[in-house]
Amino acid sequence: MQYLFDNFWALTITGLTLGAVYALVALGYTLVYGVLRLINFAHSEVFMYGTFAALWVVTFLGGNATGSIAQVIFWIAMMFVAAMAMSGLIAVLLERFAYRPLRKRNAPPLIALISAIGASFVLAEIMGLREKITGWFGLDTPLATYVRNSRNNAGMPEIITPQPVFTLGDYAVTNVDIFVIVGAIAIMIMLDQFVKRSRLGRGIRAVAQDPESAALMGVNRDRVIQVTFLVGGVMAGAAAAFYMLKIGITRYDAGFILGVKAFTAAVLGGIGNLRGALLGGFVLGLAENYGSAIVGTEWKDVVAFLLLVVILLFRPTGLLGESLGKARA
Amino acid sequence: MLLEVNGLCVNYGRIEAIRDITFSVEEGEIVTLIGANGAGKTTTMKTISGLRPVRAGSVMFDGKDITHMPSHERPVLGISQSPEGRGCFVGMTVMENLEMGTYARPDRKSPAVKKDLERVFELFPRLKERSNQAAGSMSGGEQQMLAMGRALMAKPKLLLLDEPSMGLAPKLIQQIFDIVTEINSQGTTVLLVEQNAAQALKRSHRAYILETGEIVREGTGKDLAADPAVKAAYLGGDV
Ligand SMILES: Nc1ncnc2c1ncn2[C@@H]1O[C@H](COP(=O)(O)OP(=O)(O)OP(=O)(O)O)[C@@H](O)[C@H]1O
Ligand SMILES: [Mg+2]
Repeated sequence: MQYLFDNFWALTITGLTLGAVYALVALGYTLVYGVLRLINFAHSEVFMYGTFAALWVVTFLGGNATGSIAQVIFWIAMMFVAAMAMSGLIAVLLERFAYRPLRKRNAPPLIALISAIGASFVLAEIMGLREKITGWFGLDTPLATYVRNSRNNAGMPEIITPQPVFTLGDYAVTNVDIFVIVGAIAIMIMLDQFVKRSRLGRGIRAVAQDPESAALMGVNRDRVIQVTFLVGGVMAGAAAAFYMLKIGITRYDAGFILGVKAFTAAVLGGIGNLRGALLGGFVLGLAENYGSAIVGTEWKDVVAFLLLVVILLFRPTGLLGESLGKARA
Repeated sequence: MLLEVNGLCVNYGRIEAIRDITFSVEEGEIVTLIGANGAGKTTTMKTISGLRPVRAGSVMFDGKDITHMPSHERPVLGISQSPEGRGCFVGMTVMENLEMGTYARPDRKSPAVKKDLERVFELFPRLKERSNQAAGSMSGGEQQMLAMGRALMAKPKLLLLDEPSMGLAPKLIQQIFDIVTEINSQGTTVLLVEQNAAQALKRSHRAYILETGEIVREGTGKDLAADPAVKAAYLGGDV
């Protein structure tokens, strides 16, 4: 307990950075659930591909810790573009090939879920076997920097060295911490505005709330579903870029535990509810850190899932409850 | 002819909800479908909007075959529906619901939309008072008005109203019928489904009677309202 008080600010700030990543990934689960009532199990892989895109582009551009400010800004910008594009693309492909054909044949939801789990494994294993796959095409040697040891951790060169900006208690908040938290919140606000104000955003809400009425208004459901996957994927891509800035290491199976946590965050906040996903993400990030400070780091994951169970016992629909439907925006 | 339905058959699995239905609506008319519960009225309305797949037969709108056109393309042609059970977007405000009505309008950004909004608020002052309230927290009657207002915001050529008076107080029912008549007199064609058969027949130019998925009678509103058999079956006494 003393440890918690002594390190309160350190735990809070790292909890918030982690929470921001959970929250951004959770948005994808919640958005897709909102319009399709489907748990997109493969969303964790959408995130994981984003981490690799970030890693690859920084490696390709020769990112390092001694770049000028302009260079660093360029690297970070490219990293975000690459991660968001990659994750968005994977999400859209998933929808196109794993879910849409089933939907067109009116498959029961359980089938879609199985398809999602299958797609998740396929995507993870493709990344885990990238060395072999490029080998078939004789590309393993030219691409060695990017594909080698495909089942091991892959580290990104550090492009921005964490430097203390100000202190809270006795924790020195770094530029990276600030960038992750402020950047993530800015992206969340943009998403919120997109869903609330743009025509397609409204289409998403309409389909989530009442698909038949949405069709009567002229909303193209297939289009909306595609955009929803794209938006969820892009959010996961942003999360992946933040994650790589803060953690810097990824692996072909890095999506799994993070995906489960983000899904937990979505359920915690109330699945289908956008603001719930954000709240759930931050609550989970903080609770995990505080909890592990009390009972020990090795209990971190236990704390996260215990929290989920306890909250759902008292609020079965999550903290903010209900779906994209009932909750505003 | 604005709407021509020809030999329409729609199934739910093996259940034939409507069988070989043929009817039409001319521009400027109010046409009513009446029939007992389960007769197939809602199914007919949903099929015209493209929400139910057609097994056989055809639907023509404005001279165009729309039998298999995706539902979301139909509002662009000028078909708008206030569905049975209202179907309001409960998590959106009243204003957002009304704006959803303009989703398919090519001129949705023009000042004409503002005028239509004022018009809807004139017809339903309650919606103006509640414009920032979540639709889900409105009363059933208020949501009914919202569904109708939303359908009007689409500025349709053909307005489909599936039981617009459901759940409304008698005074309001009267008002709804007045509004339907007024909308029609301003040039919107209306296809109406109503439990309030007496009122509906009085207000409509023509009507069709549906029985277990088939059209069994048709005629002018006046004639049907005066027919003893119709009276006994659907009107529950004098009109
Ligand atoms: N989703 C559905 N699945 C299976 N059968 C259905 C479905 N919807 C309607 N039906 C059946 O189709 C028939 C016609 O139903 P419909 O809703 O069109 O009737 P209705 O005339 O609108 O009745 P009401 O006056 O009660 O609204 C009924 O026998 C009904 O049981
Ligand atoms: Mg009905």
